Amino acid sequence: MNSIPRLPLARWTDQAIDFLQTRWGPSTQAFSDQMENFIKGMQEILLGIPPELFIIAVVLLAWWLTGGKMAIFSLAGLFFIYNVQLWTVTMETLAMVFTAVLSCGIVGIPLGILSAKNQTAHNIIAPILDFMQTLPAFVYLLPAIPFFGLGVVPGVLTTIIFAMPPVIRLTDLGLRQVPQELIELGKSFGSTFLQMLFKIELPLARSTILAGINQCIMLSLSMVVIAAMIGAKGLGGVVWRAIQTLKFGMGFEAGLAIVVIAMILDRITQNLGKSR
Amino acid sequence: MEKVIIKNLTKIYGHNTDRAMQMLRNGASNQEIREKTKQVVGVRDASFTVEQGESFVIMGLSGSGKSTLLRCVNRLIKATAGEILIDGEDINQMSSRRLEQVRQEKIAMVFQRFALLPHRTILDNIAYGLEVQGLRRPIRQEKATQALELVGLKGWEDSYPDSLSGGMQQRVGIARALATDPDILLMDEPFSALDPLIRQDMQDELLDIQQKLQKTILFVTHDLDEALKVGDRIALMKDARIVQIGSPEDILLSPASDYVARFVENVNRSRALTASTVMVKPRAVAYPKDGPLTALSHMERHGLSTIFVTDRAGHLQGYVQAEEASDLVDKGIRELDSIIRHNMPTASPDTMLAEIMDTLAYCKVPVAVIDEQRKLKGVLVRGSVIAGLAGGRRVSHE
Repeated sequence: MNSIPRLPLARWTDQAIDFLQTRWGPSTQAFSDQMENFIKGMQEILLGIPPELFIIAVVLLAWWLTGGKMAIFSLAGLFFIYNVQLWTVTMETLAMVFTAVLSCGIVGIPLGILSAKNQTAHNIIAPILDFMQTLPAFVYLLPAIPFFGLGVVPGVLTTIIFAMPPVIRLTDLGLRQVPQELIELGKSFGSTFLQMLFKIELPLARSTILAGINQCIMLSLSMVVIAAMIGAKGLGGVVWRAIQTLKFGMGFEAGLAIVVIAMILDRITQNLGKSR
Repeated sequence: MEKVIIKNLTKIYGHNTDRAMQMLRNGASNQEIREKTKQVVGVRDASFTVEQGESFVIMGLSGSGKSTLLRCVNRLIKATAGEILIDGEDINQMSSRRLEQVRQEKIAMVFQRFALLPHRTILDNIAYGLEVQGLRRPIRQEKATQALELVGLKGWEDSYPDSLSGGMQQRVGIARALATDPDILLMDEPFSALDPLIRQDMQDELLDIQQKLQKTILFVTHDLDEALKVGDRIALMKDARIVQIGSPEDILLSPASDYVARFVENVNRSRALTASTVMVKPRAVAYPKDGPLTALSHMERHGLSTIFVTDRAGHLQGYVQAEEASDLVDKGIRELDSIIRHNMPTASPDTMLAEIMDTLAYCKVPVAVIDEQRKLKGVLVRGSVIAGLAGGRRVSHE
C-alpha cells in the first residue's frame, strides 16, 4: 500500500485554482462588483423601509397566509429583533438571502426544466447536485476567496451554490410528476412546447417548485450565517464575533434572531404553495 | 366519405424494432417476439376505415391494444409501421408543425380519467383547445360557453374541477373536445370510470349529441354493452390484433371466432337486437274479403289463436281472434269486417328489442312488425324473441 505514491489531489486543486484565478481574475472582478452593487441596493431598499411599516407588512402577510398564531409570532419576533438592536444586521442578512434565492430561482428553475425534459441533461446534472449538496459547506468557502476575496460577494456566491440543488431537483421532480393523462391532454390538443410548459406543466408543478424554493430559502439562511466566516457580515457576523470574543449573550441574541427570521420565512413560503 | 383510413398499422414498443418487425412479418407470435427481442407488440397489422359521421368502437379487454391503436390515430403514440390517413393525409409523415395544426383543428380527445386541469375553472378547462389555437379571450369564452351549455353544465363556469362529480367532470371533458369543433373525436374509455347508472345516462347523452353534430367518433371500451349501444360498427381486438369488424348485430349473431362468441355470451342482447332480427314470417294472413270460415280454417291449420288481416298489397289492416270468428260462423254472418280489431301493438323493423319487451310481456296478441307504409314484414312471438335473446344464431324465418 505504502509503495503507491500519494495522490497529489490537493496540489492539483491548488494549481487549477491558481490557473483559473490568473485566467479569469479580471472578469470575476467585474462580476463581483456587479453582484456587490446588487446586494447593496437590496440592503438599501430593505433598510429604507421604516421598521414599523416592515413589521406591520410582515404581520399582515403572515395573518393572510397562515393565520393568527403566526401573525402574533411575527409581531413578537420582529419586535424582539428591533428591540435588541439587530435590525440593521438582520436586513443585511435578508438582503443576502433574497439575492441568493433570486439567483437560485433564475438559474435553478430553467436547469430543473432542462433536467426534466432531457434525460442526458438529467444524467449530467444529478451527480453534480449530489456533489454540491454533500460536500461540506466550509469547503466551498475556500475557493471563493481567491476569486472574490473576503466579503459579501463570495458569501452570497457560495450560498447560491449551496442552496440551488433543491430548486433544480424539485423543479425536475414536479415536472416529472405531472400525470401522463394531462401530458396527453396537452399534446392531443396540439399544444406547442412552450404552451405545454406554461399552461400545463409548470402550473401543475407549482407547489413542488415552491417547496424547492422554500428549502432554498432555509438553506440560504443557514449558509449566509456560515459565510460570515469569510466576511459576509449580517446576523452571522454577529454570531461569528461572539464566538471569537466568547460573548455568549450576544451570540444567543443573534441566534434567536436567526431562528425568528427562519420561522417566518419558512411558514410564509410553505403556505404560498397551498393557495390556488 | 372516408374520414380515417388505417392500413396495416403495427406498433412495437422498444427502440430498435427492425428485428421484431421482421419476425412479425414472418408470422411470429407476440410471445415469440417478446422472448427473442424483449419488445412488446402493441398493435398488429390493423386495417379499417371509418366513414364521416360514423361511430366506430374499438373494443377488447385490457392489454388487447385498443388504447394503443387509438393513440396512434393522433400520434400520441407513433406507429412503427403502416399508414394512418386523416382526410387522405398520413399523420405519421406530418411535420411537427403540421401535426400540431391537425391536432388543434381536426382531432380532439376525451380521456378515461377526464384529464381536467385542476388549476383552471370549468370554463377555462373547456377553452383549453381554443386557447392553444390562439383565439382571443372573448371568442374563447363565447365558444366555450356554447359547449358548456351543450353538455348541460350551465352555471358551473367558475367552479373548479374538484367540486364536480365524475359524471359532470366527464361532461366537461366532452365539452372541451367539442369546443374546437373538430371533425374527429377520439374517446378513450370515456365512461369506464363512472357509476353504471351515470354511465348509461352519459351514453344516451353522447348519442343525443352525436345525433345533432354528426362527428366521426373512434370510441374505445372494454364493455360490450356499451360498444353495442354506441357503435355503428365495432372492431373487436385480442392480443394486439383485430379479430372481427362488423355492425353490432354481426358481432352478436355471427361471431367470427370462439373468442368473440365467448365475449358476446353474457351481453344483454335486447339492446343490440332489433325487431327484424328475431321476427318470424306471419304463417298465415287473412284478407278483408275472406269470410270468417276461411279465416278460421287458416287459424286451425296453423294452430293460431289470432290472425293478421292485410290487403292484397300486404298493408296491415288489423287482426281477428278465433273465438269471435267462430261466433260469426255460428251466427251465419259472412263478412269479417265487424270483428277486425284495428287497435294493436306494432313495431318497426329497427326497433330495439329492449323497447318492446314490456309490450311483449303483457300483450296477448303477437306484435306486428310493419314498415313505414304499414306493410306487414313479420311477427314477434314470444318464442322467437326468447330464442333470439338466449342464443347466438339467427332465428329461422319459417
